[in-house]
Amino acid sequence: MDNLTLEQYYEGYLRMLRIRKFETRAEENHSKGEIPGALHSSLGQEAAVVGACMALEDDDYMVGTHRSHGHPIGKNADMKPLMAELYARKTGICGGKGGSMHLADFSIGSLGETSIVGSGLPVAVGAALGSNMLGEGKVTLCFFGDGASNEGAFHEALNLAAIWNLPVVFLCENNGWAVTMPASKAVSVENIADRAAAYSMRSELVTDGQDFESVYMATNRAVDAARAGEGPTLVEVKTYRFAEHAANLGRMLVDRGEELEGWLKRDPVEILRIKITEMVGDEIRLKEIESRVDQEIEQALEFAKSSGSPDVADAFDDVYSEKVPDYYNIA
Amino acid sequence: MPRISFIESIRQAQYEEMARDPKVFLMGEDLVANVFGTATGLIEEFGAERVRDTPLSENGFVGAAAGASMVGARPIVDLTITSFIYVAMDQVCSIIAKSKYIYGGQVKLPLVLRMCMFYGNSNAAQHSDRNYPMFMGMPGLKIIIPSNPYDMKGLLKTAIRDDDPVMSFEDGTLWSQKGEVPEGDDHFIPLGVADIKREGTDATVVAIAGGVPLALKAAEELGKEGYSIEVVDPRTLVPLDRETIINSVRKTGRVVVVDPAHQSCSAASEISAIIAEEAFESLRAPILRVTTPDTHLPFFPSGEKALLPSKDRIVSALKKILD
Ligand SMILES: Cc1ncc(C[n+]2csc(CCOP(=O)(O)OP(=O)(O)O)c2C)c(N)n1
Ligand SMILES: [Mg+2]
Repeated sequence: MDNLTLEQYYEGYLRMLRIRKFETRAEENHSKGEIPGALHSSLGQEAAVVGACMALEDDDYMVGTHRSHGHPIGKNADMKPLMAELYARKTGICGGKGGSMHLADFSIGSLGETSIVGSGLPVAVGAALGSNMLGEGKVTLCFFGDGASNEGAFHEALNLAAIWNLPVVFLCENNGWAVTMPASKAVSVENIADRAAAYSMRSELVTDGQDFESVYMATNRAVDAARAGEGPTLVEVKTYRFAEHAANLGRMLVDRGEELEGWLKRDPVEILRIKITEMVGDEIRLKEIESRVDQEIEQALEFAKSSGSPDVADAFDDVYSEKVPDYYNIA
Repeated sequence: MPRISFIESIRQAQYEEMARDPKVFLMGEDLVANVFGTATGLIEEFGAERVRDTPLSENGFVGAAAGASMVGARPIVDLTITSFIYVAMDQVCSIIAKSKYIYGGQVKLPLVLRMCMFYGNSNAAQHSDRNYPMFMGMPGLKIIIPSNPYDMKGLLKTAIRDDDPVMSFEDGTLWSQKGEVPEGDDHFIPLGVADIKREGTDATVVAIAGGVPLALKAAEELGKEGYSIEVVDPRTLVPLDRETIINSVRKTGRVVVVDPAHQSCSAASEISAIIAEEAFESLRAPILRVTTPDTHLPFFPSGEKALLPSKDRIVSALKKILD
């Protein structure tokens, strides 16, 4: 098992801080009315996302969810097209046709951030199957939530990956809630990782999902096994979302009171900052990273705001390989 | 040209495309045992990896086909009976139809979903769907719906090579039908090109799938009475060859649309609307539809037979507008 190098800690901190600042600024500007639609932030889940992504090679595959901003950033995507997508600009990663729930950057191995809960799991199975059949040897990391683990698609996908011994890492970001439904009331098992047993699948339970290193280590074991031809693993990471389910729902849906208070004290970005500071004895590089991220965020915002909107005609592109013929006279 | 069955034309299309391109593979339930006869010889030639038996997990394996296509494979999914697609609707409608679009063209999904419409043989409502119209209302999916072995093979081969998801609706009432199909592996029919199955001047019948041979019989019968009936087979519903349909109606001024699907929001409804919008001034009689009424197909044979389009219903619709 590989231990993390200091460089990897710094890299992890860089990516987690990018998510933290990207989400914070996006929420701010969303509340000012600059960004249309709903906005699902990954604040609080940075260690779960980045710890998992960093266990992958650059060309490995990844499938994500409606809470989609963190995953591409965690896998080192350029933030400019991501931010531009939130702003519904033509330069957005999806050309302004996907938005907050679909920030998928295929150039970094993403195969989608899909907003129908659970729908990404079969896709991840197929990516691993396809990659095996084409002899590529890539691993597919599949993010999903506690809520998604109750969907039929989850169970079909785990069974298929198990019987076909596919290189998939199913990574559950268990943030305790599916909108207003607590996992404690909705999930029949104490730990979602326990569900692996039903498919004779290896599992990993990360009880401290706010700790970057714990997430990385568990995911890394799963990735190693997948690459060694030992098939899939179900990894459960206990984490928490710090924000509302989504911005623009108009009101607080559930008062998570003391539970939220408690988790806010376990801030994954802060935990990693302290850990690195203790390791090296100073904050010089951490400060450098912080100002670098500030600059990147400003550049991403600048890029987004200065980009133009798509044209209505663009709504007819990318349905098929051929443009949809326009005989509709909508003008 | 050799005469082969509809089923054999499917088998040949799959065989030839799998032999040509190692990225093409077949997956579905009970494939290896070759229950429907469309996989004869495939397992021996290509092995269990590329002729892949799946468990009963339609949503799972249809989604897996989507994922595999995203990374460069070209899956053909044999769903056997078209009614089973309902279990996989999430993957079909949310992933397969929309991924290219929602991600701004970053990805393509070259896959084929093959489904048999298993009606007309007392299998009762749950197994007898002709459900292609639902998918005409879902952008992002292409639809082929062949009416004879020649078209079946040529369209399926084109579908397998197409870079977009294609649904192949295969009419079970035509399975044992034989027809001439060219030998060799270069028989292709482009998507979106209708075929005039019979030329005529007095009225047009636009017919779909199993409706085509019925329309040809009706045209034959009316021919004996001195009427000249044109039969147009769209062959693919998405894309739809509007031009051939409209040109035929402009020529004849009269049209019946035959569609084995239930009437409301059927392919016939859409085709009728297009004709009304584009060729209204050419019409000399109302557009009539011969479809399945909006009730389920019953198990009892006389009831099922009465509800489905038939040669006699087509003849009587034509007579209404010819006189
Ligand atoms: C199939 C489906 N049902 C319902 C929804 C509405 N919805 C969006 S997110 C969500 C909760 C998902 O919970 P979880 O999987 O735990 O992810 P989290 O939001 O906590 O990240 C729900 C119910 C949906 N998008 N898709
Ligand atoms: Mg959750």
